[in-house]
Parts: sequence; C-alpha cells; structure tokens
Amino acid sequence: MAKAKKVKRSGADQRLEICLIIIMSIIGVIMLYPLLIVVSTSFSSASAVISGKVWLFPVDFSLEGYKAVFRTNDVLIGYRNSLFYMVVGTVINLFMTLITAYPLSRDDLVGQGIIMKLFTFTMIFGGGMIPNYLLMKDLGLLNTVWVMLIPGAISVYNMIITRTFIKSNIPKEMLEAAQIDGCSDIQYFIKMVLPLSGAVIAVITLYYAIGHWNAYFSAFMYLNDKELYPLQIFLKNILVSNQVEADMIVDEQVQSVEGIAEVLKYSLIVVAVVPVMIIYPFVQKHFVKGVMIGAVKG
Amino acid sequence: MKKLNKNYYKSLGKRIYRGRQLYLLLALPLIYMVVFSYVPMFGLQIAFKHYTFKGGIWGSDWVGLKNFIKFFGDRNFSTTLINTLRVSLYSLVVGTFVPIFLALALNCLNHNGIKKTVQTLTYIPHFISVVVLIGMMTQMFNPIVGIYGNIVQAITGHRAVDILGIPKAFPHLYVWSGVWQNAGFNSIIYIAALAGSDQDLHEAAQIDGATRLQRVRYIDIPTIIPTAIILLILNAGKVMTVGFEKVFLLQNSLNINYSEVISTYVYKQAFGSGSNFSYSTAIGMFNSVVNLILITSVNKISKKVSDSSLW
Repeated sequence: MAKAKKVKRSGADQRLEICLIIIMSIIGVIMLYPLLIVVSTSFSSASAVISGKVWLFPVDFSLEGYKAVFRTNDVLIGYRNSLFYMVVGTVINLFMTLITAYPLSRDDLVGQGIIMKLFTFTMIFGGGMIPNYLLMKDLGLLNTVWVMLIPGAISVYNMIITRTFIKSNIPKEMLEAAQIDGCSDIQYFIKMVLPLSGAVIAVITLYYAIGHWNAYFSAFMYLNDKELYPLQIFLKNILVSNQVEADMIVDEQVQSVEGIAEVLKYSLIVVAVVPVMIIYPFVQKHFVKGVMIGAVKG
Repeated sequence: MKKLNKNYYKSLGKRIYRGRQLYLLLALPLIYMVVFSYVPMFGLQIAFKHYTFKGGIWGSDWVGLKNFIKFFGDRNFSTTLINTLRVSLYSLVVGTFVPIFLALALNCLNHNGIKKTVQTLTYIPHFISVVVLIGMMTQMFNPIVGIYGNIVQAITGHRAVDILGIPKAFPHLYVWSGVWQNAGFNSIIYIAALAGSDQDLHEAAQIDGATRLQRVRYIDIPTIIPTAIILLILNAGKVMTVGFEKVFLLQNSLNINYSEVISTYVYKQAFGSGSNFSYSTAIGMFNSVVNLILITSVNKISKKVSDSSLW
C-alpha cells in the first residue's frame, strides 16, 4: 500500500496536495485560535488584557482570573449543582433509556411497532414551551432539583441508537438458547444484553453527560432559586449579561478592577469547559462510532 | 373462520403473556412518555382558549381561532417569520456544504499529520455549551477589550464598531459560529462514507491517469451524494425550528430587528410584559404544525427519491 502511494504523482496532484495543506492549515488555525486566545487571556494579567496586549500567548503570566473565579461563591454553587445534575441525571437517563430500548428491540413483542411510533412521534411534535411549563407547574416540579433530572429522562434519539445497536449486534440465536435454558427476559437483559452493549452505553453516556453539563434551557425556564442553579446560568449572567458582582473582584492587591472583571470571564470559560475536555480524549473514538450507529436508521 | 379468529386471539394472548417481563420493563418509560410528551399536547388546547390562572388548562373559556387570527394580523408576524426563515435557510445551506467540503478535502489530503490534527481540532467545539460559545463571542467581539477590537484598532487605528449590535451581522454570526462549532462533527458521517467507498474504482481511475481532482469529481462526490441528500431533506424538514437558546443568548436590543425569531417571540409573549399564555401557545403551535407538515412531506419526498426515510 505504501508503495502504491508513492507511485509517481502528477503535477496536478502535487499542486492539489499543496493547496489542501494550505487550506487545512488555515482551517486548523481558525478552529484553534479562539480556543487558544481564551486560554491565553485567562492566564494573563488584568492590565495586559485591558490594554489589549494578548494576541497569542499569555502576557505577564498570572492566576488573578482563576483566583477571582474561585472566590466567587456563585461559581462554586453552580459547579457543585452541575456535577450533581450530570451524575444523577445521567444515571437516570441510562436506566430509562436501556429499559426502553431493550423491549423495543424485540420484534416478537406485541405492540412493539406502535410503541415505537409513539416515541418517534414525540421527536417531531410536542406541546411546546407554555404547555410544558404548565405541566411542570402542575406536577409541582418548578424550582425543584427534579425538574433538572426527570423531564429529559429519555432522549428518543439516544434510545433509537441503543435499540439499533442491540438489534444489530446481539444475535437472536442467543436469546433462543437462553430461553431453552430457562432464562427469563429480565435475566437475559441484565446478564446478556447489558454486558454486550458496552460500546453503545459508552456513547450514550457521553451524550447524556455532556448534555447535562451544558444544559441551560430547563434551568432558565423552571428554576429561580439561586441555590439550585447549574453553572450555565451563572455563566450566562456573568459572560453574556455582564453581571460581574463586586465580591468577585474586590481584592486589596488589584489595581485594575475593570481588567480583572475581563480576565475573570476568560478564566471562567476555561473552568466551565474543563470537565468536557477531560472526558474528550477518552471518548473521541466512541462518538465517531455513535454517529455511525445513529446513521444506520435515518 | 371463527375458529381461526379464536386461535389468533388465543395465541395473541399467549404472546402478550410471554412478553410480560418486557412490558414490566416498559411500564415506567410508557408512563414517562405519556406524562412528559403527550400530556403537554393536550395542553395545546389553551391556544384556542383564553387562559387564566384561575381556570387553568381545562377550565378557561374557549375563544376559537382568535389567537391565531391575532398572530396573523400582528405586525411582528411577518418579521419573526422572515427572521426565522432567514437564519434557518442560511444555516441549512452553509451547514450542509461546509461539512461536505471538509470531508472531501480531508479525504484527499495525503499528509496524515495535518489530517489528524485538523480532524481533532474540528471536533472539539461541538461539545462546548451554547452559553460558553456565546460568552466567547461576547468577549472576543468586544470592540474595546476583545481580540477583534484589538485587531481593528491595530490595523485601522480607529475603535471598532460593535458587531454584536449590528442587526445585519446577526445571521452571519449565528450561522458561522454554528459552522465553527459543528462542521467538524457533522463531517464525520461523510468521512465514514468516503472511507467505505470502493477502492478498486480509485485504483482503476489512477491507472487510467485520472488526477485526484477528477477522482473527487467522479468517485468521491457520487459516493456521498446519497447521504447528503438524506441529511439535506431531513434538515429541510426543520427549517421552522431555530434553537431558542442560541438566538436568545445572542439577541440584544440593538439587533432585535433581525434576531427576533418565532421561538423567542413565543417566550416574550408568555413571560414578558403583558403575559399572554394563550397567545404565546398559539404562536408556538403554528410553528410546530408547520414543522410537522414540512417534515412529513419532506419524508415522503425522501422516500420516493432515495428510498430512505425517517419512518
């Protein structure tokens, strides 16, 4: 193969390769630059940021921004809440998704087709903002922890991915053999299906966990108690609405209050994205797989 | 005939009984689905009512199509509709072509180092939250302390204008930030399709002296066209859906003329001043129904054209 590649390349091909290298490098820079500038600014000093000296790498390396972030009570509350919602929420998601996907993967189940259609329909039509809000109100979920955990318990898309995976990867003969040995459906589900579905469980765990960490809408709609806010709400207030409170930046050694407020924002972005970036390298190969499983149907 | 029927029901009963443990597993998800997805659909009736907190969903008075007629006569009707379509059609076109271009280019590239690096880099932003994305944009496009402000200041010597406040810039900011965030991830499916393409065809073409660009034109592009068509059609069914979060976060009083889309208007009608739940629900329902019609018809077309469909 390596030899085949080396077979004389025409001039046109070489020009194309050079063009592509240039284009791809530009794309790489466009992708990287915003990320780099955020990290660099977060490690720069307030005065360097405010006077616009940070172009590429940190200027006057400093941790002022991070100190300010961790002095901020709101951020700590948000971090704690988001971690809680992510862990507990994902466990609920996995449980609900798996107990839905497995029975629906069984073609011999009476009514399987109809139930599947009912689930799929919810993907393309729904009550919308106000009826959902009224439902949460009637159920007494408004302003409780549960509103962050229960309403999104099953993502139909993830359920379909899981179902497709089970259907195409676990042979029917295995079920027949297990049934002959007197294995019940629930036993079979727990002892055979779950252990064999590791790959798809990894994929949907990733999707759910990141979904929880990044969730903004339900907190925005249904919560108004600061103690329950996830990180994203505080991020929105600080980053987008620019509500930087005095207690975040008051520090006797700080000369430039305005500058520290700016650095704080960059540090906050880094702090907010770190959990996702920690998971990222471990799951990169999995999500490619996830896209492919999802692509089998639709 | 009668006997057959009886047997059928008997065996049906048997089959249902045999699946009892599976139904047990499904019980909770079914309750969940009914409560959280179908109950709100009944809540849609308030679009045809005059909702009051006292009367609730079921006890409020019917008003027929009044809320819908009010929306069609609303001076914001055409503005929000046009804004919604502008942003979504723009995203649809750009969001379809950029990932395809990226996949083709990456596939052509022989330099493995650059290929891997660019691939990894383009996947990263997909997992950043919308709030953080908008936060980054707010920071970087800040005309005074942002990197954009710095660059403009350095080149022209003048203070930069506030891009985030220019109405006409809104669709571009919305769409291209979306490209930055998702193009890499969305190209995965095409890259996979290309990796699975017929290698013999490439070899044969090479022997016949085809250049790489010719092979892209006659082998690679035909390989991904079916995937592209399906995705394009499916996305076309969502043109009335513009994510609430991102538009809402990117919106400000200066760019409102271009950034007020249906979903943000729905929110404001319900929770803004002069809160009107019924009117808001009617607007939202108009949007969902149009969507439903679009996706159903588009699905039909897709079935005919490409043999693949969502259901």
